[in-house]
Parts: sequence; structure tokens; C-alpha cells
Amino acid sequence: MSENDNNQKEALFSPKNKKLLTNPLGKDNPINVQVLGICSVLAITVQLRASIVMAISVVAVMGLANVIISLLRKTIPPRIRIIVQLTVIASLVILVDQVLKAFVYDVSRQLSVFVGLIITNCIIMGRLEAFALQNKPWPSFLDGIGNAAGYAWVLLAVGFFRELFGSGTLMGYNVIPGFMYEMGYEDNGFMILPPMALITVGIIIWVHRYKDRDLIDIS
Amino acid sequence: MEDLVSIFVRSIFIDNMVFAYFLGMCSYLAVSRTVNTSVGLGAAVIFVLGITVPINYLLENFILAKGALSWLSPRFAEADLSFLTFIMFIAIIAAMVQLVEMIIEKFSPTLYSSLGIFLPLIAVNCAILGGSLFMQERNYANIAEATAFGLGSGVGWFLAIVGIAAIREKIRYSNVPAPLRGLGITFIITGLMGIAFMSFMGIEL
Repeated sequence: MSENDNNQKEALFSPKNKKLLTNPLGKDNPINVQVLGICSVLAITVQLRASIVMAISVVAVMGLANVIISLLRKTIPPRIRIIVQLTVIASLVILVDQVLKAFVYDVSRQLSVFVGLIITNCIIMGRLEAFALQNKPWPSFLDGIGNAAGYAWVLLAVGFFRELFGSGTLMGYNVIPGFMYEMGYEDNGFMILPPMALITVGIIIWVHRYKDRDLIDIS
Repeated sequence: MEDLVSIFVRSIFIDNMVFAYFLGMCSYLAVSRTVNTSVGLGAAVIFVLGITVPINYLLENFILAKGALSWLSPRFAEADLSFLTFIMFIAIIAAMVQLVEMIIEKFSPTLYSSLGIFLPLIAVNCAILGGSLFMQERNYANIAEATAFGLGSGVGWFLAIVGIAAIREKIRYSNVPAPLRGLGITFIITGLMGIAFMSFMGIEL
């Protein structure tokens, strides 16, 4: 850390920076490990399409917010940093909201209040506080994108399973072949209901921790 | 009056913030280790929701919504500031949380020390912003209805977090599979509680 900061030019994708990008995908995952930003994972994963739109929005907001805060980090007075951060995030979310309303109106209706709730997505605030306030723009950008990607894959996984088992479709297209239904297969309508989102995330956490034993909660 | 009671009860049980919309999950999962702390956080949420929802209701209806500025002058009848909703709501919430914190610190130091760090945390609790956004989406008729909704949502959130905290205190003595311990089992229990709460669905009030 210290030698790099001593005016040495650092490669754009040095091992340290790569770690920033890949750690949040696995053992530092914001959802499975740090338990941040759960609300939206649960609420908008009924369909894969909405999950994809949400994931892209969060990646965009988070990358940009991290860069902006990191650029401003020397000028923000510590006492009012929270409200500055909220303002930056809220402005970015307004942009995202307007873009969504203009180009994918139906998805935007479906996401309803959850686009606005990106503002209070704790991953974003958490990364701004923990990382962007102390680091240069480029590492902050990678950190933001990495954490948002870690959030996105869980979001997409939950959306995938819920839509597949809940309505037998993916992205709105039928994927369960017709003869399965004739043989007596039925969609599990329960998967669409809110409680199953919690249980799906619970199972993803279970599998993740089973594979990576270091993460097991011993307390 | 009946309307108010019905909105209140509805937002506690049927449209429960946690089980039906998953709002405020982060603090719900992080602070539900013991019943005592969760009672403190729950009380703070009721308090803040009960204050911010009516204030944001006034803001929405007298400043932000389309044509809302016409009380100022007929020339503003076409003005539509609704794109500012998010930033105004979050500013109000952050300011109110700060204000509430100062007031409590001044008048009730015991309550202040028991709520402690939870008050500032609430500013970024999505249940609070979610409450205001749902209030906007549902177009409540007057400020009393909005207040009933805010308080009801807060009470619903309180019930949920105290419930899960009580279960988590007990489950410490059970033999949960190691990878599920902690977070995983909490998710699954919340799912099961959600299924229980779904039995309130379809009740007409």
C-alpha cells in the first residue's frame, strides 16, 4: 500500500486492483457474507428481466458514486459526509430512474419503488464509507464495480431460479417443454410469493458456505 | 375513523414491511441478535416513520406533485417537480433523523443511550424511504391516513424484528447444520415467518 502511494505509477490491473474486483464475487460477497443490500435481492427477483435491469442499474450507480466520492474525498468535511454521500447517490439514482422510464417503461413500473430504494441500498453507502473515502478514483471504481457485480450475480441467480420454477419461463420465454406439462408437471406458484425469495437466498448462502468453509459462522 | 384503523391494521399485518416487501432487511438481519437491542431499533423505526411519512406527504402534495404548486400562484399549475422526489425525501429523512436524535439527546438521555447508534443508522434504513415512496405510490387521501400508514408500518417492522430476535435467541441451542448457522438459518426462518404472515392476505378490512 505505502510504496504504491509514494508517487509510483501503478499498473491499471495490478494484482492488488484485480483483488478489489474479484474478492467481492466470492469470499467478500456483499450479500452472502457482509449481509448488505438484501432488500432488493428479495423483492424484485420474481422475473429474470427485472433482475437484470436492476443489476445493471446498481452497477452503474455504484461505480459512478464511488468515483465521485473518491474525487471529492479531500474536500468533504467529515461531519456532513453522510448527507453528501446521500446527495450524490440520490442524484445518480434520479438519472437511472429517468433513463429507465424513458427506455424500458414496463420494467420501470414493475420495479416501482425499488429503483428509488437503490439510494438506501446499504452496499453503496457501505463501500463509500469503507473504501471510496480513503482511496484514489481508479481503485474505488474497481471496488464499486466488483461489489456491484458480487451483488448482481446473487440477484441473477435468485431471479433465475424463481422465474424458472415459479412460472416455467426465462426472460418471459417458455423454457419448460410442453410435454412436461402434459406429463403432469406443474409450475410451483409458491416460488413467486415473497417468502420463497428468502428461502432461496438462504439456500444460496448454505451452498456458498458449504463450498467455502472459512465463512462458517462460529459464534 | 374506520378508514384510519383499517389502514393501520393493514400496514401492520397484510402489507408488512419486512415480510411482504423486504424493506429494512439489512438492519433487520444485523441487529436481531438479541431481543433488547431489537426492541430499541424497532421503537426508533416506529418513531421516525411516524414523523417522516406525514412530512413527506405534505412535501409531495404541496410542492412536488404535478400542479401542487398552484397554491402559490396559478402560473405554477403546470409545474411538475416529481423528478426531485428521491432527493427531497432522502434529505427530509436525513434531516429528521438528525433532529430527532438531538431532541432525544436533550430531553431523554436514558432513551438516547439505549437507542444509541441505531438512530443514525435509521437514515439509511430502506424501510423509512420505502414508507415514503409507498405513501406516494398509494395516494393517500389526507395527512391522517398517511400518518396511520407510517405508524402502522413502523409497528409491523417492530413486530417482525422482535419476533426474529426471540427466535434467534432460542435457536442458539439447536443443532443447525454448520454452513447454515447464523445468516442462512435466519433467512429461512424469516421465510417461514413470512409464510405465516401471508395467512393475513385476503382479509378485507
